[in-house]
Amino acid sequence: MLPFPFDRDYMQLALLAGVVVGACAPLIGTFLVQRRLSLLGDGIGHLAFAGVAAGLLLGIWPVWAALVVAVVGALSLERLRSRGRASGDLALALFFYSGIAGGVVLVGLSDSYNAGLLTYLFGGILTVTRSDVLVVAGLGVVIVTAVVVCGRALFAVVLDEESSRVGGLPVDGLNSLLAVLAAVTVVAAMRVVGILLVAALMVLPVATAQVLARSFRATLWLSAAVGVAAVVLGLAAARIWGLAPGGTIVLVAAAAFGVTSVVFGRHHVRTGVLGG
Amino acid sequence: MTILSAEGVSFAYGDDVVLDGVTFSLDAGEFVALVGPNGSGKSTLLRILLGLLRPSTGRVRVFGEDPADLHDRWRLGYVPQRPALAREVPASVEEVVAAGRLARIGWRGRMGAADRIAIDHALEAVALRDLRDRPVSELSGGQQQRSFIAKALASEPELLVLDEPVAGVDAESQKRFADSLTHLVDEHGAGVLLVSHELHAVAHALDRVLVLKRKIVFDGPPSEMNGVGRADLPVWLEGLG
Repeated sequence: MLPFPFDRDYMQLALLAGVVVGACAPLIGTFLVQRRLSLLGDGIGHLAFAGVAAGLLLGIWPVWAALVVAVVGALSLERLRSRGRASGDLALALFFYSGIAGGVVLVGLSDSYNAGLLTYLFGGILTVTRSDVLVVAGLGVVIVTAVVVCGRALFAVVLDEESSRVGGLPVDGLNSLLAVLAAVTVVAAMRVVGILLVAALMVLPVATAQVLARSFRATLWLSAAVGVAAVVLGLAAARIWGLAPGGTIVLVAAAAFGVTSVVFGRHHVRTGVLGG
Repeated sequence: MTILSAEGVSFAYGDDVVLDGVTFSLDAGEFVALVGPNGSGKSTLLRILLGLLRPSTGRVRVFGEDPADLHDRWRLGYVPQRPALAREVPASVEEVVAAGRLARIGWRGRMGAADRIAIDHALEAVALRDLRDRPVSELSGGQQQRSFIAKALASEPELLVLDEPVAGVDAESQKRFADSLTHLVDEHGAGVLLVSHELHAVAHALDRVLVLKRKIVFDGPPSEMNGVGRADLPVWLEGLG
């Protein structure tokens, strides 16, 4: 039995799901941030919204529907970007708005308003079930395994795509893998912080880690640690003060970056990390 | 032994002919500079030689194979021009250099003792061994560029192609850079093709210079460059002859 504020069963389930997402989202985010694709999580999140709406409409478990739509969308987005038919931000905008529009239309087709949709939009970590936790943990294992096995090659592509291609690395395959992993992360995280905030957990812990770390490996694992800390502290604060847990977790992650930046005093908010 | 050859290579973007029947070769142990004014087709030729672009007509061979289908890709090293994004990645010098070793061990390969020795040698060659744990973002422009040269050296290539590697780099780094290239040629018998506007630091070590203006208009040792017309010597040929 855990002490307050994690003494209740629902808080322990939330903690389990949250810790997995808090660790995995920044792992993938570290690669996205370096490639200046910080908002990719947002774009995929909006596609996942359309998937959730389709699942609710068709009576399929929304998580699976979201996973299929997010993975297909992420691969299409990567293909569009890599073929040079649309710049990175234009490709994102295309999917961003198509996803949200598709979701709105599908919700409109439902006979009645579905309250379940809100738990995906704003997060419903306090309502996660044991089967939710198992799915999130399974997706987490996929993400960590992929990073451990392919992390070095993904890093090489982040450094320089062209010389990686000359060196014989499967650059297109690795880019597609990263897009799929981002989609898996978004789907795993949407029950925790919600589709609207999912990208924050992929970016904010990375921004904090970059202030402190002096290598890519350190950035990777430190960002995961910051993500986990944000989830634990955010959940605790939400329980103690009766706050919305998804938003609180993200605010803790943002505060961690603010404090770290001020305390360590180095200018690390670079283009691509937090936009601008 | 010829390790790189281009025979009648032409390329056009639409109606704009960029390369027109380019023919040259490079042997193992040769240090060759490719120079030419802006718009002369250097970048396009480089992409064709590396297998990133197909020529409209003509043929390129790297170690006797089509560069796009080269089997042992580690044999071909490449230092790109100003990898701006890479300079901002929060990576240590050693991590950057180790990434170059993947060409040798494969993208799923695990680093062994021989790989770590090769990485050490690459760091030593560019005089960055003492800075191996330093984040690349904290290095000077010249040191950053040397770390990317070490990345290419880490796979122990037999042919190294460099695209404007010392643009804007300080004199000390240019000297270190020249030393590392001559070491690669003299000690390891590798071939080097250097595309650069700034050849002061390496002029003494060059075996040949290729002057490209859509086609090769000069191919010979730097000392014979006088015949090309020094009167209108452009800035990009300074430091030769």
